[in-house]
Amino acid sequence: MADKTELHYTAEHEWVLVDGDTATVGITAYAAEKLGDVVFVELPAVGSDVASGTVVGEIESTKSVGELFAPVNGTVSAINDAVVDSPELVNSDPFGEGWLIKVSFTELPSFLSYAEYSALVGE
Amino acid sequence: MTSADTSAPTTPTRYSPLHQAHVDAGASFTDFAGWQMPVRYSSDLAEHHAVRTAAGIFDLSHMAEIVVAGPDAGAFLDYALAGKLSAIELLQAKYSLILNEAGGIIDDIVVYRTNENEYLVVANAGNRFQAFEALSARSARFDVSVVDQSDDVALIAVQGPNSRAILEATEGLEVDGELSALKYYRALGGTYRDGTVLIARTGYTGEDGFELYVDVPDAAALWDALVVAGKAHGLVPAGLASRDTLRLEAGMPLYGHELNTSTYPAQAGLGRVVSLAKDTDFIGRAASEEGPSADARVLVGLVSAGKRAGRADYEIFPSADATEAAGVITSGALSPTLGFPIAMAYVAPALAQLGTEVFVDVRGSRIPATVTSLPFYKRQK
Repeated sequence: MADKTELHYTAEHEWVLVDGDTATVGITAYAAEKLGDVVFVELPAVGSDVASGTVVGEIESTKSVGELFAPVNGTVSAINDAVVDSPELVNSDPFGEGWLIKVSFTELPSFLSYAEYSALVGE
Repeated sequence: MTSADTSAPTTPTRYSPLHQAHVDAGASFTDFAGWQMPVRYSSDLAEHHAVRTAAGIFDLSHMAEIVVAGPDAGAFLDYALAGKLSAIELLQAKYSLILNEAGGIIDDIVVYRTNENEYLVVANAGNRFQAFEALSARSARFDVSVVDQSDDVALIAVQGPNSRAILEATEGLEVDGELSALKYYRALGGTYRDGTVLIARTGYTGEDGFELYVDVPDAAALWDALVVAGKAHGLVPAGLASRDTLRLEAGMPLYGHELNTSTYPAQAGLGRVVSLAKDTDFIGRAASEEGPSADARVLVGLVSAGKRAGRADYEIFPSADATEAAGVITSGALSPTLGFPIAMAYVAPALAQLGTEVFVDVRGSRIPATVTSLPFYKRQK
């Protein structure tokens, strides 16, 4: 599990782990908690181009539907097949085994820091 | 990531007399009709499965309790409600409806006969004032009192196959009779400590279970005693999220989703609840006799394959490429017990035949679904 304080965050309750030119993306524990038990995850195809701020997937719980936004412009280099088979990973380990997609990018937008995101969700 | 669940409180926030117990149990809360109620404690799914296989305990203290008492109580309710309440026996319960003059549904309720001339009307939290006002306004020519006791009464439900064993093991809960002999939709009096309790074999989950009406000052201690007794029986506290999927599987309507003031009972499959055989007039009778128009949409069950569930307000189409919607989902989820998507929906009569294939617009994609009978889930007795 990634160190939460080292991750980047978005106002859409996603976290972004940057490693070289690859961004690993997941939803935060706060978002997972708000959704409730995740029962279905739909992710974009590997190789598809994504634009920052656009909807690229869905995360459904028993109660509601959340949208996955691309946090960067780039190309999807990997998706987490384990989370497609076992959506509950989003709840049990949102910052680790519950990661969703990896995107290769050329440029990063500005993100929220851990402190800024914590302030946003009031925790 | 954003959530489609955007319920905002519209009234001053209210808290259950059991609020502290929920906080202590780690509950997440949601606004429900102005009340902060537990939506889940840990996991919706775990709570759902616990009720199907062991037991769950729910706080329903937000629901409204209206006491109708007086020599004319039975005759008054026969006039004010769709059913014939004068005919129910002492400590019998009956599901009924408050209709408006146009035959639409103001609320769906459960009525208990608590004495020869006294009834307890249990209304939805969101309809507390509408229900009370309707009953009060209709009582003018009857020798009857209508009193809203919602603020004084807490409601705890214990639901699931182990419910009876839990109640029987609960310290301080004395029942005037045998729970083992208590039939569905019947109640018994009792006491917890020094206060009176009404123990009913009713519920909203599709499982065996009980609902306990208790005075507010005793409610927290009774909740704790039930939880302690339930430890050996797999009892878990369960929130409104699991309650919603449980009642959906059981095909039970939820006011504001399947029922509203512009829906006729007949459309909702509740024609049997409207007692047209009653020999007296009642509010909504004339409109009910006329019934909905022939092209009025009717409530059906829908099942589909895969995991993507249609949800409330998603439109239904007769074909994959039809441009005009012929129905709408009112409640839908991936069924935790069955493992496939289920929904209740209003569809045009032409689509209501069992086995009809329809298409649900799930955020832009048309997902096939099959019209099926309700309920989706029925417990093995």
